[in-house]
Amino acid sequence: MQEHEQLSHKQINEDLLKDVLTVPKWWLPAVAFLGLVVVTGLCAFFYMVYHGLGVTGLNRPVMWGFFIANFVFWIGISHAGIMISAILRLTQAEWRRPITRAAEVMTVFSLIAALHTPLMHVGRPWRVLYWIFPYDFSRGIWPNVRSPFVWDPSAVGTYLIASSLFVFICLIPDLAILRDRAKKPIVKKIYAQLALGFLGTPRQWKLQIIAGILLSALVLPVFVSVHSIVSWDFAVLIGVEGWHSTIFAPYFIIGAIHSGVSAVAMLMALSVWLYGLDKYIKPDHFDAIARLLIIVATTWFFFFFLEWVYALYTLDSPDIALRELQALQWPYGPLFAIFVITSFVIPVPLWLFKRVRRSAVLMFWTTILVNIGMWLERFLIVIPGLVRRTHMTFDWGTYHPSIIEILIVVETFAFVCLGMLLFAKVLPLIPLFDIKEGMVNRRLIKVGRRVVPATIREGLPHHYYEKKH
Amino acid sequence: MVTAGSNKWGMVVDVDRCTGCQGCVVACQSENNIPINLEEHFNQRRAIQWIRIERYWEGEYPNVKARFIPVMCQHCGNAPCEPVCPVYATYHNNEGMNVQVYNRCIGTRFCANGCPYHVRFFNFWEPEWPESLKNQLNPDVTVRSRGIMEKCSFCVQRIQRSTRESERDNEVLEDGDRGLNPACVNACATNALIFGNFNDPDSKVSQIKEDAMKEGGRGYRLMENMGTDTNVVYLKKVDQSVEVTHGH
Repeated sequence: MQEHEQLSHKQINEDLLKDVLTVPKWWLPAVAFLGLVVVTGLCAFFYMVYHGLGVTGLNRPVMWGFFIANFVFWIGISHAGIMISAILRLTQAEWRRPITRAAEVMTVFSLIAALHTPLMHVGRPWRVLYWIFPYDFSRGIWPNVRSPFVWDPSAVGTYLIASSLFVFICLIPDLAILRDRAKKPIVKKIYAQLALGFLGTPRQWKLQIIAGILLSALVLPVFVSVHSIVSWDFAVLIGVEGWHSTIFAPYFIIGAIHSGVSAVAMLMALSVWLYGLDKYIKPDHFDAIARLLIIVATTWFFFFFLEWVYALYTLDSPDIALRELQALQWPYGPLFAIFVITSFVIPVPLWLFKRVRRSAVLMFWTTILVNIGMWLERFLIVIPGLVRRTHMTFDWGTYHPSIIEILIVVETFAFVCLGMLLFAKVLPLIPLFDIKEGMVNRRLIKVGRRVVPATIREGLPHHYYEKKH
Repeated sequence: MVTAGSNKWGMVVDVDRCTGCQGCVVACQSENNIPINLEEHFNQRRAIQWIRIERYWEGEYPNVKARFIPVMCQHCGNAPCEPVCPVYATYHNNEGMNVQVYNRCIGTRFCANGCPYHVRFFNFWEPEWPESLKNQLNPDVTVRSRGIMEKCSFCVQRIQRSTRESERDNEVLEDGDRGLNPACVNACATNALIFGNFNDPDSKVSQIKEDAMKEGGRGYRLMENMGTDTNVVYLKKVDQSVEVTHGH
């Protein structure tokens, strides 16, 4: 990271709390609009519960549709949080600092959005507790642990709890600042309660840091488990040629990271535009995340390629027929083309150029493309996988989503945006203390004849500190 | 784990005898309180038929032949639908049957996606009968509400009643005794469907199966390559005049 600008703590506080303590002009209309979309989606949901799943477009061969594709998509987006805040934290990537919280908060909201659809789309949602809680209630029967569906809620639940805790622990020092700066007594009181009496004593800092590192380390298994389990929802079914593949778990995970990290880059661009945070999220940050994205996207493409090779290598007629349906037949063929072009062919070569990597605008549009492509990827796995021409010709058919399904899918998107906006209203989206910590650690050091900024941690050799004193 | 019981119910379907009359389908509809399939249900591909006759056309005009194959739940010994149900709504009982417990089902439809035979049906709507038909509902069979899966049960209510009664009278239950046969078997005019106990070596199904599964026999199972170990044995068409190009 070459740019170096030391900001005073006062300025950091003012910059980053500006939008929390005042209301931007566009905020209210945006929230009202998103709120309307969410309410419409909820109405659609209640309509569906009242009338039954007949109001969706699901039918005999296609028992899962938009909802499950959307579920996988949001679980994918949620991998942003763990990638940024756990992996990059443990590998001490400096550039993560301004975006950790945004990524984590997006994780929390997208997990809730992901949980919407599978829970909504069961036949009898009022009995969903029998499924998601590992408890026999009064029925004398425990959930079936052989079913990936039992592990889905447990993995997603673990991830949700860990992410929420992580968000909260990283918020405590900032909540304390907000408590000190809030003017209205009632607001002050709420922030004071939430700050848990944080005063910035060395012991409190130590506990806060330990908790953060512990959580990011403990949450690591979730990095692998959540999407593996989601992939098993498909891969365990021997009767569905396109799903029954051992590559599904790693393929889903890398796909999740692809869409998740892209979503973070998108979020960075949005916070630069909406909140004017260009002092904190700089071209350097976009550059770093784009480099990461090149690797992630290429690995993902490798798995995508392998999945196809494995399927075609069988030379089994149902497999070949399915692949033909996915890639060549209407309407999936054009969608497939859009998916490959948007998720890999356009963005990755573009990211190879430094000009693109350092431009917020271009990063925004390329990552939007990636996420359009990745939504289509999930759609193309779920729906053609079931529409395929089976041996049982009696059951051939296709699927058209109903307006109810579309409304509920749109609702999940609005829900995540609304959640982020509301969060940014009451709490800073960029962690103040993390930025300050980064600034404190950062020094100008001499390398040969050049003076460059560098981040100094305790890990450096002792003689360095000796020279300083 | 389910221990093996003394009975292992199964069926033999002689495709050669099937005329495609749909008698079994109608019998099943009325025995098992299956909602009436209207035209719109077929158009939406949401019709419920626990047993269905699949019709295949073979040959080129004018030598066209219709082939029929009745398909019902195969009651797999190694069923893809069973391990995926999170609430044990479908499980294997100790009589070799794949049973569905309606009250446990929450309607994830995971099992329906998993079934290679597509014999699991989801109640997309609340089932309705015309007022005049309500009195013909079978009191031995639950009327399923919307939002749950259902499928062929081998008319488990008949099996239960006849085994219970034969135990009471200390008699050995033999083929077709005491109304043991499922409704479709009773209705089949050509005896294309035969039901019985595979664990009883003297039963008709056991003997046919033994014969049919020998080298060169007519027996086969649907999609045997899946390793589902089904309890329904099919006997293939005898007619050799037309080359068989469809099915297995």
